[in-house]
Order: sequence, then structure tokens, then C-alpha cells
Amino acid sequence: MSLTCKEVSRLISEGLDQDLPVERQALLRAHLAICRGCDSLRERLAFLRRAMGKVAERDDSDES
Amino acid sequence: MSASKELSDRIQSHRSYLVRYASIHLRDSSTAEDAVQETLLAALTGATGFEGRANLRTWLTGILKHKIVDAIRRSSREVSLDAVAEADASEFDALFDAREHWVEHPARWSDPDSALEQQQFFEVLEQCLQRLSPNAYRVFTLREHLGEEMDAICKELGISRSNCGVLLYRARMALQECLNANWFGK
Repeated sequence: MSLTCKEVSRLISEGLDQDLPVERQALLRAHLAICRGCDSLRERLAFLRRAMGKVAERDDSDES
Repeated sequence: MSASKELSDRIQSHRSYLVRYASIHLRDSSTAEDAVQETLLAALTGATGFEGRANLRTWLTGILKHKIVDAIRRSSREVSLDAVAEADASEFDALFDAREHWVEHPARWSDPDSALEQQQFFEVLEQCLQRLSPNAYRVFTLREHLGEEMDAICKELGISRSNCGVLLYRARMALQECLNANWFGK
């Protein structure tokens, strides 16, 4: 069974918080390989995580 | 044992930084002030805990994080259960059509990491964060800013894993939309 883009968007987010079951991962990968929109979303959310990491880093490093 | 005059002054000198840090997580400024006050008090009375630690600010921030979590936990008890129950994903229905495909495919952002070198980008990000619902904001900042594990967050806030997941999803979708509209351009 294949996934819809909406389901994939949920899975991308879930995957940032926990390991997905193997068969979900496979479905997700298969969808991302053929769907540019979802793959862009995946990149955007990965970037968002890097940006928040940077916010935390900036807080810690702006020592006076 | 309490802090020497010299250490006490050094602790106080980080106050404004701590207030700023607390304000990121606690939108209510008096709650943020309270958390900082508790932190300074804990630091001044337990200063022996600091001895020889790497860095005063890091130590203070560590104490503050606990105070923030306490404050969030207290305030989330005040949030009605309805507010958490309302946490479904339907608000993004506009993004998807009836077959749950994108109405408009998200475009790829070009060279997003260059934004991380720009002060202005972080101001936009902060504004986007402020637009989140209070619940989505709490869960998201605990997860992505303080780097807590999801299980710990659900427990702290007393909400189910699935509600926690929905709030994180919501926050991420709203933030990427907001950054797209206000920074990365259509």
C-alpha cells in the first residue's frame, strides 16, 4: 500500500523524533524517491532542525 | 555554603542573558523573570556546586533549564485539556487536496544553510516561533531547542505520545511555511 503526501508529511516529522518501523521507512523512502514536493519538505524540516541547533549553540556561545 | 561577594557579582552579571534565554521558552515575561530569580537564588545558595566547573554561564543555564521545565509543567496544568485535544492535524488541510496530495508542491529552498550566517534570519525564525500556539511552542522548543527526548517531553507535560507528535508536526509545518513566506520567498 502506498502513502499519500499528507501521510508522508506526518511520517517525516515522526522520523525526527523516533525510529520508524522498518516497513514504514521503506514506504517513506519509496515515496520520497518519486515525489519532489515531499522530498523538499523533508529537506526543509531537516534544515529547521539545524537552524534550531544553531539557535541553541548561539545561546551557549555568546559569552560575555 | 553561599557564594562569595565576587562570585555573587559574577552570577548577577549573567542575569540579562538568563532573562533573554528564559523569554525564548516562557512567553510570559513575569514567568520568565520568576524562573531567572529562582535560578539566581539556587546558584547563590548552592554555589559550591559550581566549583571549578567549566563555565559559569553554562552552569547557570543548566539550572535555568530545570526551572523552565518546572514552569512549563506548571503552566501546562493550567492549559485546559480541550486545548490539547484540539491538537489534530486538520489545520493543514488546505495544503492537501481531497486525495491528500499537495495542492502546491513545496519548492526546494536554495542554499538554506547560508541563512544560518545571518542575524536577520534568526529574528525571522524567532517571530515565526512566536506565532505558534502555546502548546505547539512548548513542545517544539523543548524538543528542538533544549534537545529533550520526546518521551521525556510527553511525561513532563502530561500529554499522550500521539498528541505530542501532532503538536510537533503542527509546529514544524507552521514554521516551514512561515520561513518560506518570510525568508526564503515563494
